[in-house]
Amino acid sequence: MNSLAVAFADTTVIAKRNLIKIKRVPEILVFVLLSPIMFVLLFAFVFGNAIDIRGLNYREFLIAGVFTQTVMFGATFTAAGLAEDMQKGIISRFRALPMSRAAVLAGRTVSDIAYNLLSLVIMALTGLAVGWTIRTSFGEAIAGFALLLLFSYAISWVMASIGLAVPSVEVVNNAVFMVLFPLTFLANTFVPSNDLPGGLREFAEWSPVSTVTQAVRELFGNVPANAPEPPSWALDHAILYTLIWIAVIIAIFAPLSVRQYKRLQRA
Amino acid sequence: MADIVEAKGLVKRYGKVVALDGLDLTVPQGTVLGLLGPNGAGKTTLVSILATLLQPDEGTANVAGFDVCNDPEEVRKRIGLSGQFAAVDEHLTGFENLDMVGRLYRKGRKASRDRARELLEVFDLAEAGDRTAKTYSGGMRRRLDLAGALVAEPPVLFLDEPTSGLDPRSRTGLWGVIRDLVARGTTLLLTTQYLEEADQLADDVVVIDHGHAIAHGTPAELKTSVGGERIEVTVRETGDLPSAQTILTGFASGEISIDEQRGTLIAPIAGGVPTLTKALHEFEASKIDLFDVGLRRPTLDDVFLTLTGHVAEEAVSEEADGQKSEEMAG
Repeated sequence: MNSLAVAFADTTVIAKRNLIKIKRVPEILVFVLLSPIMFVLLFAFVFGNAIDIRGLNYREFLIAGVFTQTVMFGATFTAAGLAEDMQKGIISRFRALPMSRAAVLAGRTVSDIAYNLLSLVIMALTGLAVGWTIRTSFGEAIAGFALLLLFSYAISWVMASIGLAVPSVEVVNNAVFMVLFPLTFLANTFVPSNDLPGGLREFAEWSPVSTVTQAVRELFGNVPANAPEPPSWALDHAILYTLIWIAVIIAIFAPLSVRQYKRLQRA
Repeated sequence: MADIVEAKGLVKRYGKVVALDGLDLTVPQGTVLGLLGPNGAGKTTLVSILATLLQPDEGTANVAGFDVCNDPEEVRKRIGLSGQFAAVDEHLTGFENLDMVGRLYRKGRKASRDRARELLEVFDLAEAGDRTAKTYSGGMRRRLDLAGALVAEPPVLFLDEPTSGLDPRSRTGLWGVIRDLVARGTTLLLTTQYLEEADQLADDVVVIDHGHAIAHGTPAELKTSVGGERIEVTVRETGDLPSAQTILTGFASGEISIDEQRGTLIAPIAGGVPTLTKALHEFEASKIDLFDVGLRRPTLDDVFLTLTGHVAEEAVSEEADGQKSEEMAG
């Protein structure tokens, strides 16, 4: 077998192993699925009446933002899973096997797509129940979900790098929260970015978190009819700009985390 | 016999802590080398370097004909590793754990499954094979971990403290399994904190302390160097000391030491329990009233005391050894 075929085969074995855990510890799913439901309901009913989006129902505007936030936090599973495997010594076993050096990480990022897919389905159903509508074609809607999953996949590689660098699962959760929370709020996720003060506004207009949200809104047809022209090139070409970010993140963090894996200093 | 494991001048530092300080070591093919030392002596670090998990800062190591730094992939194909800290996935069943390892060794679907079932049988886990490893006892997890190291029938096996934390029965059981492996020609490097374990399993023993090899020899040689086994007798009436000494002289293989204050005699002997039993019969026949009696075997502490002049202390915990031993204790 050539090395690519080996990497693919090993990745499949590891991804399967990770997915078995979902089956064996279904309690994990409760949290994966409850938090997006909670976010949809809290924002829809608490902020929904206070935030006014000209020309659009806030709940319709909100859903794409919650989708983006949830898949970003969902990617945290990659870091937590790797940190746990390291703590338990399983990574050492894998590293002593003649298997692909990328497979443990690739298997983890791939299996975490399953978590995110599941939470997207739950969120979409909750959203539909509180007044969200898809106003475009079936194909565009699928493209919207696919873009969210791709984006979360890229974030997973960042998380892989973090998971290999920190000493324990608890540290992962704190570290990740510190970074992701501001990122998901400094964007057009929950309020339109043109309402933000200067400085933050420019940041939000170029943030990939904003553009993936904007792209998804376009693909679901949730952009206000009389919305002003997008204020940045990034938001104007949201899908393209997001795809570029996805490619760049993977191109940097996939090789970086494989390098970290090879050079782990823990026995 | 050719050396299948060969390490020269290995140095590994973790920040300011020197885990290995120029260690040399060879293991001839088909033999068992016991690496004896206290926590933090550098045992886990050495095994990790030989198993390609860590890169040494200095020195070279060859395993099964390949350099661990330059050809790690070739080394990995020829080794099995089982740590002191059972690396099994507790959410998978015993069977799934072994099947996964088999697939990662590129075994085909059927070959991998057959091997998994076979190993479960060998390690007395056949009945528990379809339960998740979470439900296993400590001894079962160790056996599963060891089975995982044997999936590909590697010619070289590294076992890092395979029995630490196990109860005596599980320990004896695991020793039996290890002996069978060795009988079939596997070369084994085993680390342990127990002199008895090295005595049971190893052809040769290297004692390490603070990353140095401080002694090398067969278990028998080591034991002789620390005085071997001895009988310790405490009499109730110190007046009995001279006659007790006379009796022990008949069994002693060396000089008898006497502690008059405590009424204790220590006599080096050979022959273990049968010798002790014979001695006890003579004490009884002479109507000497004993307060306490025992057979003492040399321990790691005795070896250390003899070799270094200090008892085996927990070294400032080096990252690898330290972390793991703490978790084992917890």
